[in-house]
Order: sequence, then structure tokens, then C-alpha cells
Amino acid sequence: MAATQEEIVAGLAEIVNEIAGIPVEDVQLDKSFTDDLDVDSLSMVEVVVAAEERFDVKIPDDDVKNLKTVGDATDYILKHQG
Amino acid sequence: MSKIKPSKGAPYARILGVGGYRPVRVVPNEVILEKIDSSDEWIRSRSGIATRHWANDEETVAAMSIEASGKAIADAGISAEQVGAVIVSTVSHFSQTPAVATEIADKLGTDKAAAFDISAGCAGFGYGLTLAKGMVVEGSAEYVLVIGVERLSDLTDLEDRATAFLFGDGAGAVVVGPSQEPHIGPTVWGSEGDKAGTIKQTVPWDRFRTGDLSTLPLDSEGNVKFPAITQEGQAVFRWAVFEMAKVAQQALDAAGITPDDLDVFIPHQANMRIIDSMVKTLKLPEHVTVARDVETTGNTSAASIPLAMERLLATGEAKSGDTALVIGFGAGLVYAATVVTLP
Repeated sequence: MAATQEEIVAGLAEIVNEIAGIPVEDVQLDKSFTDDLDVDSLSMVEVVVAAEERFDVKIPDDDVKNLKTVGDATDYILKHQG
Repeated sequence: MSKIKPSKGAPYARILGVGGYRPVRVVPNEVILEKIDSSDEWIRSRSGIATRHWANDEETVAAMSIEASGKAIADAGISAEQVGAVIVSTVSHFSQTPAVATEIADKLGTDKAAAFDISAGCAGFGYGLTLAKGMVVEGSAEYVLVIGVERLSDLTDLEDRATAFLFGDGAGAVVVGPSQEPHIGPTVWGSEGDKAGTIKQTVPWDRFRTGDLSTLPLDSEGNVKFPAITQEGQAVFRWAVFEMAKVAQQALDAAGITPDDLDVFIPHQANMRIIDSMVKTLKLPEHVTVARDVETTGNTSAASIPLAMERLLATGEAKSGDTALVIGFGAGLVYAATVVTLP
């Protein structure tokens, strides 16, 4: 069953927490991965790959650069999830 | 039809000796920062690289190879005359022909050993090792010298903040020879030419021939830039960590080795972040020693695996007889992974 927006944000928070050590409560829709959450470009790749597995979605390299905020990633997953 | 007598090779092959050469000049991040807007902290956090070696005019591709090879031959306990073939993997030998391998074979004192260069980027060591194993077992050479050598400082754009800090120079060599037991596992290798643009040379050499330099990239002072290696960092990282971890696992499976059986992991020293993520993805047990030579050697492409192997043995972090997984991956894209017994 497709994940809801709330479930996706919660899932991303767990992933970001595991990869970058950011507290889950800091991962909010309006937060920028790079500027607010200190997720660098290489960690972002790890976040994306983990999100692909968790939400059964493909996020090609060309699309990764457009995912600036947690909201961008959530919208992308909502739209593309299997 | 006449009957052709076949060649007679050894039952199996193994790595008998290893040697390395690192250029005298050690280049810290501070030197890199003279030309790019970055910081030591940024470079270390993205790559794990603190210093690298850059070759001087005397430390040519041939000279570094000869130094490393001499050590590998001595370590193998053979003489140069016994070397039947010399395989050199490099992308930074700037004379199109002849191959640098012939000069190396001659200066080492081999007895007219077969000698040739191969081009397989950062997978070059694994490609050379695979050829060498085949030659020893098939019987076309009893001992084969496999050299990975690079002067990547010559192919580095020092004004590109994404790559200026990555590359280093050096040579690593191994001697592959006959064995009664298998000590080099099956190679899992391949190419993905659809991703050729992911790591590439900025401009091909023949662009310089037309006389029209207006289409060539210029540096900050308006001079035409020498070709350099450029890459799409995120795409390379994703491929290296997640796709190459699968290849590494396939090489373990092909050799009948479980992670618990493994003593040492020697991935291509591309970037510490790639190495750390591969270790995590492969779920390697704590007891496995991981090569992290990139910190002080940088990315030396085809030379990185034998250089890292030599250092682990020299420092005692690994020992002769240990079982090691080696995997190289890079421009092509190409890759090669296998399990070996350390010399």
C-alpha cells in the first residue's frame, strides 16, 4: 500500500537520522537537506538509495539534484512510489 | 590436418610478491587550497584525503614502475630474467606508442619478456591480474609482472574544486606465478559503456590538432587547459557503493568465500566515503582489515590496489597468506573483483 505524506516524512527522518545522525524531530517538510540538516552531496546519495528501497521508488541521478528539501523528496516519492 | 602441440601451464596461479613506489613529494591539502575555494575540513569530510604524492620530472611512469617492480620481483624471490611478460595498466603515459611496458621490461633486465599496456582505468590492476593468471595457467609465461602506475597530477584540473584534491601519483606491482593450489579466485568483471560519460577526460587529445583553440577550456589566466579527468560525483558514488558492493559479493561467492572467511578488503582507493559505505553495504565483519591508503596516497587509479596491498603488508596490518577481496572500478565504466591470497 502506498505510503502517506506523514509516513514518508517519518521514514525519511529515520533514514536521515541513521545516515547523518540528525535528530528525527529536526526532519521537517521545509528543511533543506544541505543547509538545514547538514546532509552533504554524498550522504544525500545514501539517503536516496535508502528511500528507494523503503518506498519502492526509483530516483534517477538526474532527479536527485532537484530534491532540495524534505518536502521535495516527499512530493517526489508520493508521486512515483510503486 | 597436423596436430599442434599445446602449451603447458601451471595448475594454478598466485601473487608471489608485491612492491610499491610513492613519489618523494608529499602534497598536503593546504597546497591544493591555493587554487580552489575550499577548506581542509571540506576535503577531508568528502574524501578522507589528507595528503597525496605528486611525481617530479624524474619520477616518470617508467621510472616509478621500475622501482615498484624491482621490489615486487625481489619479494617474489625470482630474478628479472624469469619474468616472461610485463603488463602495465595506466592512463597517464603520454606517448601513444610504443607501450611503456617495453621500456620497463628492458630496464628491469628481463630476457625479452612480452610487454604491453592496457587501459582499464581504476580497474586496471584487476584486469591485468586476470590476464596474468590466464597466462600462467595457459603456459605463455611462467612469471608475469602486473604494474599499475599513474601520474594523475598531470591529468588534474587544479582549479576544479570537485576533483583537484582527489588524485595522486605512484606505482604498484605484483609478480604472478605458478602455484599447486588456487590462490587467485574467479574474476567478476565487466563494463558499462552506457555510463562512459560519468568519468572521462575533459577534451580528447585530437582537439589540439586543429589549431583552433577557441573551443578548448581555459584556466583563470586565459591559458588553454591540459586535458583532465572529470566526473559526476554523485553518480559515481552511487555506482561505486551500491553496484560495486554487489560485484564484490559476487566475487566472494564465486571464490566460495564468506565474509567471515575474509581477512582483508582492498577496494580501489577512490575516496574514503566510498570505502566506508562499501564496507557498510557489504556488512563486512569487524575482524576484516580494510585498506584506507587513500588518506595519505589519494586516488592513484590503477596503482591504488597494489600500493594499498604493499602498505598493509609492510605495516603488519595484513600478513602473507591472508585472504583478501580486491575490487577495482572506474572510468569506462569498468570493474573487476576477485579474491586472492596475499603474498
